[in-house]
Amino acid sequence: MSFPWAAQYTPKHPLMRWIDEKLPLPRLVYNAVGGGYPVPRNLNYFWNFGVLAGAALAIQIITGVVLAMHYAANADIAFNSVEHIMRDVNSGWMIRYAHSTGASFFFIVVYLHIFRGLYYGSYKAPREMVWLLGVVIFLLMMATAFMGYVLPWGQMSFWGAQVITGFFSAIPLVGEPIREWLLGGFAPDNATLNRFFSLHYLLPFVIAGVIVLHIWALHIPGSNNPTGVDVKGPQDTVPFHPYYTAKDGFGLGVFLICFSLVLFFAPNALGHPDNYIQANPLSTPAHIVPEWYFWPFYAILRSFTVNFFWIPAKLWGVMAMFGSIALLFVLPWLDNSPVRSATYRPLYKKFFWLLVIDVLVLGLCGVKPVEEPWVRLSQFAAAYYFAHFLIILPIISWIERPLPLPGSISEAVLGGDAENVASSGQAA
Amino acid sequence: MGGVLLDEPRLFPFVGQRKGSGMATLENTDLSPGEPAEDGVRRRDFINIAAVSFAGVGAVAAAIPLITQMSASADVRALASIEVDISAIQPGQAIKTMWRKQPVFIRNLTAHEIQEANAVPLSELRDPETLAQRTKEGHMNWLITLGVCTHLGCVPLGAGEGENRGPYGGYFCPCHGSAYDTAARIRKGPAPKNLFVPDYAFKSDTLVQIG
Repeated sequence: MSFPWAAQYTPKHPLMRWIDEKLPLPRLVYNAVGGGYPVPRNLNYFWNFGVLAGAALAIQIITGVVLAMHYAANADIAFNSVEHIMRDVNSGWMIRYAHSTGASFFFIVVYLHIFRGLYYGSYKAPREMVWLLGVVIFLLMMATAFMGYVLPWGQMSFWGAQVITGFFSAIPLVGEPIREWLLGGFAPDNATLNRFFSLHYLLPFVIAGVIVLHIWALHIPGSNNPTGVDVKGPQDTVPFHPYYTAKDGFGLGVFLICFSLVLFFAPNALGHPDNYIQANPLSTPAHIVPEWYFWPFYAILRSFTVNFFWIPAKLWGVMAMFGSIALLFVLPWLDNSPVRSATYRPLYKKFFWLLVIDVLVLGLCGVKPVEEPWVRLSQFAAAYYFAHFLIILPIISWIERPLPLPGSISEAVLGGDAENVASSGQAA
Repeated sequence: MGGVLLDEPRLFPFVGQRKGSGMATLENTDLSPGEPAEDGVRRRDFINIAAVSFAGVGAVAAAIPLITQMSASADVRALASIEVDISAIQPGQAIKTMWRKQPVFIRNLTAHEIQEANAVPLSELRDPETLAQRTKEGHMNWLITLGVCTHLGCVPLGAGEGENRGPYGGYFCPCHGSAYDTAARIRKGPAPKNLFVPDYAFKSDTLVQIG
């Protein structure tokens, strides 16, 4: 895709012309992230998080491939091989901490990326496919993160595997056989560890593939922007390079500083000490919680405490948890407002922030022990989460009166000068 | 924000000049396209080169641990020395032991073998060394070498009972036919060097520390 005014790739050096004829890879790069991709000129720093998520994936793949050189996926020695990495392998401690901290940072930037998409309406037409692929990436990330967490074969690893595969046993009739099939036994053991390692190594490359589709789908309509107004002409865009390569480069520097601070000064802050105890199938840790990025979903899972309509509470919890993510797949069709950016949607903006608070409350409930007031609070918060998407959003998009939109991106950015800019653009 | 900061070729000829307002963007630049500042160096060039160079240094620094992790780890390096009791090895016998996951030959030379080794003039040798240089003073009958052929790393025959010791009566490598003499010096075949003598020391007359 591109806008008609996108710069064309014109190699000058004979070697580059030769390559362009045989394998136009430099042309692809130029059109994707170079001067040939016109981007709205008004993107703010929230637009950095896509690139940062890509950087986080790269960190995970590089450190992960290195860790796999030293890790042994065998229930007898997995725990010790992780300690071997921490104590014996040259810089092993740093590479492992980079991988474990990197997982958290991957989720941090992806959550901010999703936040951006929700606030500025990036999920709406014509970018529904970008959004759908993004939700697929999110699901793959969660599966990968969970299986990676099992590999050190500590107490949290083992009981995490036990609990998460237990979700599948909630399915009526076939649940228990499915769980045994997933585990390769009646409880997590060597077979489970081996298949999780295999899939944990595979899925990041699947994620990388879906990211290619995600970007491909994005480049057909082009990037959204903080006003949500469509690009109308050349005066609304700047080329990706050097404008956004520089801006993303700056953002990457800030990201790496934050990452290094946690990696070198608080590498275990986001983990659980129990995972430094070797897996013991006879003893569950007193307080078992997942990693922080699963807390809101964990709270939704636990918020069902009684059977409704002959359906057991266990099945309700599992359905609600998966449903909370599945809802995101239909989001582009639940919100019918033609206005994208929350900046021009006063009513949506209020409820958007309520949703953010609601998800934070769910996260808090997810980490707290199963006792009052957290159980009741998580029930209300979970109910509100579903109400936001299924009831509030469709009603808002029906009754809301949006603020007047700017005529164009350049008008929003440059105010009254926009006409000068536009006319001189046409003159040239 | 001065125009000097951004005096580079204008990418957007369609955008008009807007003097003295707001951000330093290309179209706010007063200078004509491509005109360098007074000293000929554009500030943007300097920032660009400095930033990209610094990122390059960072990338190299990050690559160092990713490369050194493949070197021998601390537990492997900890196996660097062993002690061997040699009291049971009779003259004419040899044993194989393991040091750093490699075979080591420890041979108790007979008087005849010592004589044979000393009789060879150094000029005949590919890798000239005397037996005295290859053993410890006062322990010339103890020949301790790696059992790794210096050609391509096979284990030569000759340390075990009844194995082919080759035409020079020392060791013989079956892979590519390198023949070593009684002082484990290369005499014939493709190997370039004598069998390697590791660092070792006699803790007592019957105990050797290798490594």
